[in-house]
Amino acid sequence: MYAALVFLPLAGFLIAGLFGRQIGVRASELVTTGLLFVSALLSWIAFVDVALGTAPGSVAVLGNWFTSGAAEIDWALKIDTLTAVMLVVVTTVSSLVHFYSIGYMREDPCRPRFFCYLSLFTFAMLMLVTADNLVQMFFGWEGVGLASYLLIGFWYEKPSANAAAIKAFVVNRVGDFGFALGIFLVFVLTGSISFEQIFAAAPGLEGKTIHVFGLDWDALTLACLLLFMGAMGKSAQFLLHTWLPDAMEGPTPVSALIHAATMVTAGVFMVARLSPIFEYAPAALSVVTIVGATTAFFAATVGLVQNDIKRVIAYSTCSQLGYMFVGLGVGGYALGIFHLFTHAFFKALLFLGAGAVIDAMHHEQDMRKMGGLWKKIPFTFAMMTIGTLALIGFPYTAGYFSKDAIIEAAFASHRTGAFYGFLLTTIAAGLTSFYSWRLVFMTFFGKPQWASAAAHHVPVLEPAHRSVGHDPHAHDPHANEAQGHAAHGADPHGHDAHHAHALDPHEAPLTMLVPLGVLAAGALFAGLLFSHDFISEAAGAFWKSSLFTGPHNHILHEMHDIPSYARVLPTILMGLGFVVALYFYVLVPATPAWLAAKMPQLYAFLLNKWYFDELYDFLFVRPAFRLGRLLWKGGDGAIIDRLGPDGVAARVVDVTGRVVKLQSGYIYHYAFAMLVGAAAAATWYAVGGLR
Amino acid sequence: MSGLDILTGMVFLPLVGAAFILAQRGDDEATLRNVRYGALGTTVIVFLFSLYAYMKFDPRSADFQLVEQVSWFGSGLVYKMGVDGLSMPFVLLTTFLMPISILASWESITSRVKEYMVAFLVLETLMLGVFTALDLLLFYLFFEGGLIPMFLIIGIWGGKRRVYASFKFFLYTLTGSLLMLLAIMAMYGVAGTTDIVTLLKTSFPPSMQTWLWLAFFASLAVKMPMWPVHTWLPDAHVEAPTAGSVILAAILLKMGGYGFLRFSLPMFPDASAYFAPLVFGLSIVAIVYTSLVAMVQEDMKKLIAYSSVAHMGFVTMGLFTMTVQGVQGAMFQMISHGLVSGALFLCVGVVYDRMHTREIEAYGGLVHRMPLYAVAFMVFTLANAGLPGTTGFIGEFLTLVGAFKMNTWVAFFATTGVILSAAYALYLYRRIIFGVLDKPALRGILDLSPREVALLAPLVLLTIYFGVHPQPIIDSSAAAIDSLIKNYDAALAATKTASLALQ
Repeated sequence: MYAALVFLPLAGFLIAGLFGRQIGVRASELVTTGLLFVSALLSWIAFVDVALGTAPGSVAVLGNWFTSGAAEIDWALKIDTLTAVMLVVVTTVSSLVHFYSIGYMREDPCRPRFFCYLSLFTFAMLMLVTADNLVQMFFGWEGVGLASYLLIGFWYEKPSANAAAIKAFVVNRVGDFGFALGIFLVFVLTGSISFEQIFAAAPGLEGKTIHVFGLDWDALTLACLLLFMGAMGKSAQFLLHTWLPDAMEGPTPVSALIHAATMVTAGVFMVARLSPIFEYAPAALSVVTIVGATTAFFAATVGLVQNDIKRVIAYSTCSQLGYMFVGLGVGGYALGIFHLFTHAFFKALLFLGAGAVIDAMHHEQDMRKMGGLWKKIPFTFAMMTIGTLALIGFPYTAGYFSKDAIIEAAFASHRTGAFYGFLLTTIAAGLTSFYSWRLVFMTFFGKPQWASAAAHHVPVLEPAHRSVGHDPHAHDPHANEAQGHAAHGADPHGHDAHHAHALDPHEAPLTMLVPLGVLAAGALFAGLLFSHDFISEAAGAFWKSSLFTGPHNHILHEMHDIPSYARVLPTILMGLGFVVALYFYVLVPATPAWLAAKMPQLYAFLLNKWYFDELYDFLFVRPAFRLGRLLWKGGDGAIIDRLGPDGVAARVVDVTGRVVKLQSGYIYHYAFAMLVGAAAAATWYAVGGLR
Repeated sequence: MSGLDILTGMVFLPLVGAAFILAQRGDDEATLRNVRYGALGTTVIVFLFSLYAYMKFDPRSADFQLVEQVSWFGSGLVYKMGVDGLSMPFVLLTTFLMPISILASWESITSRVKEYMVAFLVLETLMLGVFTALDLLLFYLFFEGGLIPMFLIIGIWGGKRRVYASFKFFLYTLTGSLLMLLAIMAMYGVAGTTDIVTLLKTSFPPSMQTWLWLAFFASLAVKMPMWPVHTWLPDAHVEAPTAGSVILAAILLKMGGYGFLRFSLPMFPDASAYFAPLVFGLSIVAIVYTSLVAMVQEDMKKLIAYSSVAHMGFVTMGLFTMTVQGVQGAMFQMISHGLVSGALFLCVGVVYDRMHTREIEAYGGLVHRMPLYAVAFMVFTLANAGLPGTTGFIGEFLTLVGAFKMNTWVAFFATTGVILSAAYALYLYRRIIFGVLDKPALRGILDLSPREVALLAPLVLLTIYFGVHPQPIIDSSAAAIDSLIKNYDAALAATKTASLALQ
C-alpha cells in the first residue's frame, strides 16, 4: 500500500509527461488528479493506522540504491507517525491543488506539462518524507527543488520567471552545500547514513569533539548546523530566504502547494526527523531558535508594505516557517510539526484564495488595483477571511492552537535564545495580524480601484514590484537581457483578450471553489480536532518513537505553566494588529501614505526587503561573474596560454625565423660555414691529441 | 592463457572495417552509403564483442582476465592483452559510444567521408588498445597513437581555428608523453620487463618513484586535463566536429584517469601519497576556477568543455583520496561523465547542424519549436549539475565523501562546485531553450529527427537508469579497487616500517 501511495504520483508524472500529447489535455488532468486522490486516500488510511491507531511504524526496503564500502544506501519507505502526518499534508494539499488547477489553468495550452510537473513534485516530496536515510532524503530534497525550478519557470517566456527559477535552484543549492557536508560529517562520525544507525550512535557521540575545517568542534553540533543549513535553504530562512518571494513568478497553485504547504516545510520536517541528533546538540538548537525567530520577525516586517497579493502571502509563509523553527529550537518538535500541519491548510487556503482573486481580476496581482471585491466574489472573500483568522491565530481556529503554543513554549523554555524567540515571535504575531488584515481590507474593502484600472490597463502581468521603482531582478545578470519585453506578451493566459472590455470580477469556477471549502474546513477545525493528539502532554502516544525528546526535555509540559500575561499577549497583539489595519485601510485610508512619507527610509528599507537582493548581488553574483571573466581572459588566456603553448609556438617561430636567414642559398655562405666547421673539428682533435 | 582471443578480435576488428572502407571506390552516393553503413556495422559488431567479453568477465575477481600473450619480434617484447575491473567499464563505454559517434556524423560530414570513417575506426582500435594493453610499451604505442587520428579529425574536419586547436592539442599531449616514455625506459631498467602485471608487483625505490610519478603525471595530467594544463581542451572541443568532441570528452579524457589507476597509484604508492596534497590542490582549483570560467562562456561547446575540466577535478580528487568511496566515486564519475558530456556535445551538435553556430547568443526559446530536444537537453543539464537520480550525482557524492574523510577543507571547497555547476548548467539551459523565440533564423528550426532520437534516447535512459541503479557499474570495478587500495596501504605501511627501522 505504501509503495502505491508513493509511486502513483510518479505514474501520473510519467503518463502525463510521456503521453500527454497523445491522450490529450483532459485525460492528462484526470489521470494525474485521480491518481493523487487515490494517493491521498491511502495516506489518510496510513495516518489512521499508524498515527491514530497502534500499528507499528515500518521500514520497507525497496532495493539497494548504491553501496560503496561502508556506505550502503537503500531505497526505502519509512512509515511512522511523523511520516504519516507529512503524507497526509502532502497528498491532501497536492490533490486539492491538482483539482483546483483544472479550473485555474483552464486557459493555458500547456496543461499536460503543468500537471506532469505537479505530480513529479508530489512524488519527490513523498520520497523525501519516507526516506530512511540521509541520501534518499537528499534525493527527494533535490527532486522537489527540481520540480520547484520547473514550476517557477513554467511560463518560460517570461525572463523574470526564468530568473526566479534559477535563483530558487541555486540558492537552494547553497543550502544543499551545507546539507551535503553534513551528510559527509555524519557518515564519518557514525559510519552510516541510515537513520536507524545514526540515531543509535548519536548518544555516544555527545560531547565528542572533532577537528574539521581547521577548528575543534563539538561533533554533533557541527553536524546539526551543517544539516540545518540545508533546512534554511529549503525553508527559506533568514539569509537564504531570497528565492521564496521571487518564486511567486510561478502559477498560483504552485505557490500554494510548493511554496506554502509542502516543499518549504521540508526543512522543518528534516529537523524533526533528526530530533535524535539535534536533541544532543543544544547549541545547534539555539541557532535554530534564533534563525527561526529572526525570520519570523524579518519576513513579517517586509510583509507589512508589499503590494503584490502573492508576495504578502509569500512573506507570511517565510515568517510562519520561522515560527516552526522556533518551536523546534526550543525542543518542541511536536509543536513545529503541528504548526506545519495546520499552516498547510490555512496557507494553501490563502494562496488558492488569492488565486481566485487573481482569476477574478484577470491576472492582476497588485492589491492597489483591487478593492471592494467582497460584493463581487463573496465566497472567495469568506474563504480568505477564514484563512486570515486561522493565520493570525483567532481563538479556536487552527493557528490559535499551533502558533500560540509555539510562543508559549518559547517563553517557558530555558534554552539559550528562547527568550529572543519569544520576544520576536510575539511582536511578529502583531505584525502578522496587521499585514493579514491589510491584505483583506485592500482587496475586498474600500473603493474599487479596478473600475478605473481597467480603462487604462498596463499590459504587464505583475506591475507591483515594477511600479514602485524597484525591480528585484534589475540587477540580476540572468535577467539583464530582454527586460524590455518583460512579461508583456509572454503571458500564456491570453488575458489580453479580456482587457478589451471593462473588468468585471467574477467568482471562479466550481473546480476552484471546492478546494477552498475543503481547506477552509481544515483551517477552522484542524487545531481543535488534533491539538490533543499532537501537542498535549499525552502526545507521546501519538508520536510514538518518531520524535525523540531527551529525558530532560519537558517542554510540552512546561508550556502550560506560564503566567497568564504571556499567554494572552499574542492574542492582544493580534487584536491590536486588526485595529491598526482597520484604521489604516478602512477608517482613514490616507494614513499609510502619510506614514510612508514621514519615514521614507524605513519604508524603502522594508519595501526593498531589507536590500538583501542588492546585497547578495553585490557580494556574490556580480563578483562571481567578474571573477569568472577575469580567470578566463586573464588566467587562461593571458597567463597559461601565453606562457604555455602560444609562448612556445612564438619562440619556435622566432628561432626558425633566424634559422631561415642562415639558408641564404649562396654557395659561398655554405662553403664558408663548412670551412669554419672543418677548422673547428680539426682544432678539437688537434688540441685533444696534445694531451 | 596464451594465443589470441576475444580481446584482440575486439581491438583490431575496427581496422578490418577500415580496410573495407578503404576498398570502396568512387564518390557517388551509393559508395558513401556503403562507407557509412560499413563503419556503423563495424562499431556495432565491436560493441557486441565487448558485451560478449563482459559476459565472460568475472567482476568479483581482482585479477586480469581474458589474458592473451604472444611474444613479439622474438626480442623479449611481448604482446599482452587483458582486462580487469579498472579497464572493463572503459572498454564498454568506448564501444558503446562509437556507434553513436558514427551515427552523429551521418549527415554532418560530407567531405572526405571515407577518410573520416577510417580515422574514427583506427581511433577506436587505439582507444580499446589503451584500455586492454598489459604491456607498458604496447600501452604507450596505443596511448600516443590515439593522438594521430584525433589530430587529423580536428585538423581536417574541424571549425575555423582548427589548425590552431589541433596544434595546441598535439603540443600539450606530446610534451607530456615524452616524459612518460623516459619513465617507461627507466622502469624497464629496474624491472627488466615492461609487463604491467610484473611491474605491478615490483616495488620501486621511493626516491625513484618521485621522478617516475612526476613523469607519468606530466602526461596524465594533460590528458585529464588538470588545471593548469587544461587550456587545450576548450579549443580542441570547439573546433572538433561533433563526434570528435564526443569521443574526446567521453573517452580520451578518461585515459588520464585510467593511467592514474593503472600506473601512478599502484606502482608508485609512496610518491602518490607524497603528492596527494598537490593533486588535491590542483583539483580544487580546477573545480572552482573552471566552474567560474564556465559561467561566463559565450560558446556552448566551450562552456561544456570547461565544465568537463571541473568534473575531472572531482575524479582526480577522488582517486588520490585512496578511500573506497573516493576511488569508486572517481571511477563512476568518469563513466558518468562519458555518458553525460558526450550527450551534451551531441546536443550541441544537433543545433549546430541546423544553425552552424555555437554562439549561445544566437539561440533562445528553442523549447517552442523543439520540445523533444528540450527534454533531452534538460536531462543532461541536470545530470551535469549532479542532480540525484541521474548518474552525475553518484560520482560527485562518493568522491566528496572520500575527500571529506581525508581532508575536510578539500571537501569544503570541492562542494562549492555543487553550487556553481547548478548555476552554469541552468544558466546555459535558460539562454538556449527558454525565453521567447524571437530570432528570425530560428523560426523554422526542426525538432529532433528519428536519427537524433535514436542517438539521444539511449543516453537519456542510461543517465537515469544508472542514476537510480548505479550498482552494476560500481560492482564491476569494486573488487579491483579493493585490491588496489589494499596493496596501496600495504606498500605505504612497508615504507613506514622501513623508514622506522632506519632511524
